[in-house]
Amino acid sequence: MIFLTIGTHEPFDRLVRAVDGWAARHPDVGLFAQVTPGGFQPRHMAFAHRLAPADYRARMDAARLIVAHAGMGSIITAMDRQRPILVMPRRGHLGETRNDHQWATVRRLEGTPGILVADDADALLARLDALAEGGFAGAQSLPPIAPYASDALIAAIRAAVFS
Amino acid sequence: MDRRPRVLAISSTGGHWVQLLRLMPAFDGADLVLATSDPAARADALAARAARGEAAPGFMTFPEANRWQKARLAAQLLRVAAILIAVRPDAIVSTGAAVGYFAIRLGRLMGAKGVWIDSIANVEELSMAGRKVAPHAHLWLTQWPELAEEGGPDFRGAVL
Repeated sequence: MIFLTIGTHEPFDRLVRAVDGWAARHPDVGLFAQVTPGGFQPRHMAFAHRLAPADYRARMDAARLIVAHAGMGSIITAMDRQRPILVMPRRGHLGETRNDHQWATVRRLEGTPGILVADDADALLARLDALAEGGFAGAQSLPPIAPYASDALIAAIRAAVFS
Repeated sequence: MDRRPRVLAISSTGGHWVQLLRLMPAFDGADLVLATSDPAARADALAARAARGEAAPGFMTFPEANRWQKARLAAQLLRVAAILIAVRPDAIVSTGAAVGYFAIRLGRLMGAKGVWIDSIANVEELSMAGRKVAPHAHLWLTQWPELAEEGGPDFRGAVL
């Protein structure tokens, strides 16, 4: 099962269309998508507009691969659940989000174990094809992360709150 | 402070909320109200506090809005004012976005201390709300050391 998520704030047609097209060519692979009500609606995948947080995590846990926009909510949740994730950044100049912060995010994340980066739809489809050939065994899981923020950040906030 | 402080931890849904919940140890020993735009997040809010062995938090919601939705932002601002009057926090902690700016800005008028932690997603520059909140925040933070500077936000660590 592949779980596609694009966040709830804005559509991301470029990613949804690419994955939907891939789904049409791979009827043997189960896919589920979380997409926004505005924007392209999938024709070859089951989808929902909003998922309750527990449902969202369950979908991530059940997925062999998560495909997502490069939003920190999706990325941090995938890291927390130790699920492999393939991200494609929204671009500011394409009006997909407010500026190019997602592009900067993926430049930082590149090379992190368990996080695959595709800069555009072509790269994404090539990556999906390669992973599918190996039955998604090649999708490396993320190592575990600490449950909370760094001690120093927590301490700084506590100092302000309790002073 | 002799009594337990009352904290309002407020953020938009998605990445901002995921990051806010990773700050939970900061609120141990305080009375806590969590606020976000997704009512379905209530279960997560309660679970996050229970995981700390702390008393259940209050949970409040407000309408979501981005910078291009002026009418929604106005509705959000009014709702934030109502939340602040109901909660009367000693401190307001936010990871963004605009709602955090509203809460800290208005909260300051009520004597509340504002803590802004700019989203970890803002790698190259501070968010717009993060820039605007600066004169009103007691503690103004970025999660990237390269963005910390004299006259700019401090860096104290990150949520990851």
